[in-house]
Amino acid sequence: MIGVILLQTLRIAVPYLFAASGGVLAERAGIVSLALEGFMLGGAFGATLGAHYSGSAWVGLLCGIAAGLALGAVHALACVRFGANQIVAGVALNLMVVGATRFFLRLAFGSSSNSPRITGFGGEGTAGALQTFANPLLWLGLAVMPVLAFVVMRTRFGLRVRAVGEKPEAAESLGVRVATVRWAAVVASGGLAALGGCWLALDQHQFTDQMTAGRGFIALAAVIFGRWEPVRAGIACLLFAFAEALQIQVQGTNAIPSQFVTMIPYLLTLVALAGLVGRSTPPAALGRSEG
Amino acid sequence: MRATRAFEEAVLPTLTALLVALVAGDLLILSYGQAPGEVWAMMLRGTWGNAYGIGQLLYKATTLTFTGLAVAVGLRAGLFNIGAESQLAAGGFCAALVGLALPAAVGPWIAVPLCIVAAAIGGGLVGLVPGVLRARFGAHEVIATIMLNFVVLAFLNWAMASGGLAVPETLHTTAAPHAAVPRLASVFAAFHGSAANFVIVLAILVAALTGWFLFRTRYGFELRAVGLQPAAAENGGIRVARTWLMAMIVSGALAGMGGTNFVLGYKSYYEDGFAGGAGFLGIAVALVGRNHPLGVVLAALFFATLSQGGLAIHALVPKQMVEVLEGVVILAVAMSVPEVRRLLRARPRDPSPPAPVTSGAANTSAAPALADG
Amino acid sequence: MSTGATPRHAATPATIAQGPAVRMTGIVKRFGAVTANIDASLVVTPGEIHAVVGENGAGKSTLLRVLSGMFAPDAGTVELFGRDVTGWSTAQAIAAGVGMVHQHFMLVPTLSVAENVVLGIEPVRGLRFDRDAAERRLATLARECGLACEPGRLVRDLSVGEAQRVEILKTLYRGAKLLILDEPTAVLSPPEVDELWRVLRTLRAGGATIVLVTHKLDELMDVTDHITVMRAGRTVGALVTARTTPAAIATAMVGRAVQLDASGLPVGAAASHDTTGTPSRVSTQAFTGPAVGTPTPAYADTPRLALHDLVVAGPRRARAVDGVTLAVAPGEVLGIAGVEGNGQTELVEAIAGLREVLGGRVLVDGTDVTRFSVGKRLRHGITHIPEDRHARGLVLDYSIADNLILGRQRHYARSGRIDRTRVRRFAEERIAAFDIRPADPDLPARALSGGNQQKVVVAREMPADFRVLVASQPTRGVDVGAIEFIHDQLRAARRAGKAILLVSAELNEILALSDRIAVMYGGRVVHEVARAHATAESLGPYMTGAAA
Repeated sequence: MIGVILLQTLRIAVPYLFAASGGVLAERAGIVSLALEGFMLGGAFGATLGAHYSGSAWVGLLCGIAAGLALGAVHALACVRFGANQIVAGVALNLMVVGATRFFLRLAFGSSSNSPRITGFGGEGTAGALQTFANPLLWLGLAVMPVLAFVVMRTRFGLRVRAVGEKPEAAESLGVRVATVRWAAVVASGGLAALGGCWLALDQHQFTDQMTAGRGFIALAAVIFGRWEPVRAGIACLLFAFAEALQIQVQGTNAIPSQFVTMIPYLLTLVALAGLVGRSTPPAALGRSEG
Repeated sequence: MRATRAFEEAVLPTLTALLVALVAGDLLILSYGQAPGEVWAMMLRGTWGNAYGIGQLLYKATTLTFTGLAVAVGLRAGLFNIGAESQLAAGGFCAALVGLALPAAVGPWIAVPLCIVAAAIGGGLVGLVPGVLRARFGAHEVIATIMLNFVVLAFLNWAMASGGLAVPETLHTTAAPHAAVPRLASVFAAFHGSAANFVIVLAILVAALTGWFLFRTRYGFELRAVGLQPAAAENGGIRVARTWLMAMIVSGALAGMGGTNFVLGYKSYYEDGFAGGAGFLGIAVALVGRNHPLGVVLAALFFATLSQGGLAIHALVPKQMVEVLEGVVILAVAMSVPEVRRLLRARPRDPSPPAPVTSGAANTSAAPALADG
Repeated sequence: MSTGATPRHAATPATIAQGPAVRMTGIVKRFGAVTANIDASLVVTPGEIHAVVGENGAGKSTLLRVLSGMFAPDAGTVELFGRDVTGWSTAQAIAAGVGMVHQHFMLVPTLSVAENVVLGIEPVRGLRFDRDAAERRLATLARECGLACEPGRLVRDLSVGEAQRVEILKTLYRGAKLLILDEPTAVLSPPEVDELWRVLRTLRAGGATIVLVTHKLDELMDVTDHITVMRAGRTVGALVTARTTPAAIATAMVGRAVQLDASGLPVGAAASHDTTGTPSRVSTQAFTGPAVGTPTPAYADTPRLALHDLVVAGPRRARAVDGVTLAVAPGEVLGIAGVEGNGQTELVEAIAGLREVLGGRVLVDGTDVTRFSVGKRLRHGITHIPEDRHARGLVLDYSIADNLILGRQRHYARSGRIDRTRVRRFAEERIAAFDIRPADPDLPARALSGGNQQKVVVAREMPADFRVLVASQPTRGVDVGAIEFIHDQLRAARRAGKAILLVSAELNEILALSDRIAVMYGGRVVHEVARAHATAESLGPYMTGAAA
């Protein structure tokens, strides 16, 4: 029972970890990450197309990442180049990706609800422990937050990201190209979040309409709950995933309505926002459009 | 000249966005192997081209007017209310509950106003939470309203599915016909079959009232001052935190009232998920409508046209095309607003000097930064 | 040497002989309709400390930002050691050894000192940012230059003086041979100013060339080698410090002879004002003289404004105001002198109701207003001219009329609805009374000049019925005509029996307007004296904390 719950937790946590890592990176650079949901969905769709036409999960993975990078580039174009309101841009991007995936689903497969079965990682049917552990994305997902922590806290790029997210004019005055750093961070965040979408599509062996189902926002909640620190955000992802896994196990008993478990990440984040569990201070330049 | 520039600043981004959307739409249509001209014409015929189409788009524009006003009032106070979606749902839910609780004998002249008030209260309560979090704890309302959307929608889903409110095998309540608002078709027969109903009158009244409130009353004066420069407002004796709280409640109430369009005017019952993104589209409506009630009404008509137009062209091109176009329009407006302002302000005959060289502390951006949490 | 007569700058023979480090000629820089520099020039000798002086708005900062690559000039040439570098970028300037220390620090508060210093040219080992190497190199550099610094500390924990040293280290780390400092002393406490001069002299001894902007003359005489004087965007004089006097510099700055006493304070300005009746076009340096010969205010039994042992928290210090007791009588101006950042801002905001009072009381005409809201204080007759008019004083996108009624919108509303006709009538009356230009009530405040913006604030905060005015930096960044006008208004209010608490960074303004002067240092009132017994020299030691 415990083992099942832990396995389930990992499986649920992987997409959160990917998306939250993208969220941490972009927000530390000062760009609000409301588009994580869209990046994920785009990644899932890209992976589906790639895997369907090539018959290879790896090609699907690459296509999914490419879709995420492209969407990240659109977000960066709007927020960095044009100085668009980052919240509006995120909302618009999410809306656009939902519509676009449905539209191109119709175009490619003649259905606006789901794709045909595709090759993925692991076998079909209820995935057991063996299949889960054979999925390379699982290991990548578990590694992503420690790696991100290293990148943000220990590398030159990370130092610049932090500077740009806190006080862009200071970085600018030292010849650091703020726009370039932000472009890199936002595009990379698109790719990272898209990996979460790839996991969903390649694990479920198909694309279904709006299959991300709000996971991008749970990831955003984890970013805030984790106070914009990679490892803390990663722990928040695992925590949220554990609550869900627990709920799935007790579902039969009707002990707690599933809707209330669904609320947990959001309620925890609201509580964190109110400063009841320690103050969370966002990067100082977050949401501020330059120019 | 000042008026001209304000007009240009308001209209140019929208025109740019329309142009971009037109091109994007052409590409999508071509990708589906259809002729753009034909599809656009079909869209127009299916919306403004016949009474049914007009009725349907008026119905959609009614809800969007409420959610657009909700977002606009928030933004005027410097708050970004992303929670219109759940406020709308909560409003509809409360209207339906009150409608069901009232005996059929009370009749519509008592039931309908009570339901409208209930809808406003329901939405207002959902707006109250981020308002308190902002005013009391300094929590950023964007995150708070997003999180609250999921909480409220999950709660409503639970209330319907497990709370015994839904008719078995459905996700909607029983109907309360005594609280119904008549369809427009009952007076104008041409609208027969469309969902357009007299809640649209309420929408127009509320839009006018919102404009009066914002620009003619001292409360609106204070609210806008807080939205533009909270520090200056505070110096003028305006209670900034209380104004934020009030603005969030009013914003939530406006979105909540939008729920009556579906619940009272269309189905006479509450159905889980009826909001269907109209709350999020309210952001687009407020953005394109420049946070002005008149602009909001026009923008609501525009987005309703797109939405209804999607159905009209579905035979040729999937209706999801308009969802893409909605996103494109919002993105293009958001991108061109600062660009247009930059271009207009760079004109040499511009009377206003550039950013003050002394004391660069003035943050005049209309968008609330996430940094002030 | 001729000063102020010719607008053209003439290089001294000495600089030509050596070959200048910097030669800027005919610089023109416009921002929209505003011309910041017109035919400005600057010649700097290698290895000297060179001051650029002038009134507020004379174009000093703009000229040096052109030099540092932040702005490209609209006309003119910039040469560095004989090389034409006109219109270069900040990055190119840094690469060529030009470093700028900004008035508002360009530091990332959440990063360490070392990280701030190396940002942009970080040492790397493999994939990693080599933090150890950064801290080691910085420590070495600091030791060589004689600057104290702790590389590992977070910048947000530093004092202002320490932060400025980090800024200087940033430029030195990039190999700066030419240092540009924009108003470096404005934010420093006196001991920190002395430390800065020591550092700059050390750097000069090491071969660095230093250009600094200031509008304070007295500091420069024993530090600088040459002085360039600017007025209204033009260079009007190039002086050798050793061969000039503060009087000559002041003359060049304001364009006519000003008699200065030993402290650099203009004398006889009051007389000129009284006799001619025209606004004296003297700089911020030269206000009309002390209130000699004016009637002494009638002291009532109860002061209009009384502060009892007031304690207020600030952003940096828990007790930014640390037990202040003061009283202002009707018809009295109490001037608060002191270096900025010694609790004046917190004191003012506490009286206005904008900042929480931790201890003590505020009384107005005997009524305890300590717990009153801002609005209630306004209705009780307490008004406030805030130090930052762009953030607190005005809603920039509101019209002049709306700004004039801000805070009193209640009076202009009948059952919630604002009576536009009354607002307009009131606005037109105030615009005429305060000579606000353009005289269009519907124009947004953003479109006004600094002086006219400040007049809007003053017009609003000085209604007929106020009792106590707290005026913080009432003439900062304002043109001379508006300064004169605002001072006249303050004097008129004093005659009308109002109580005025005047806070200003300009000692001359305090001396010109006050009946009594209190000096704040470290959150306390360290000295209180009648105007007649105060001079700049007598106040100086208290402002610097040297006497207490």
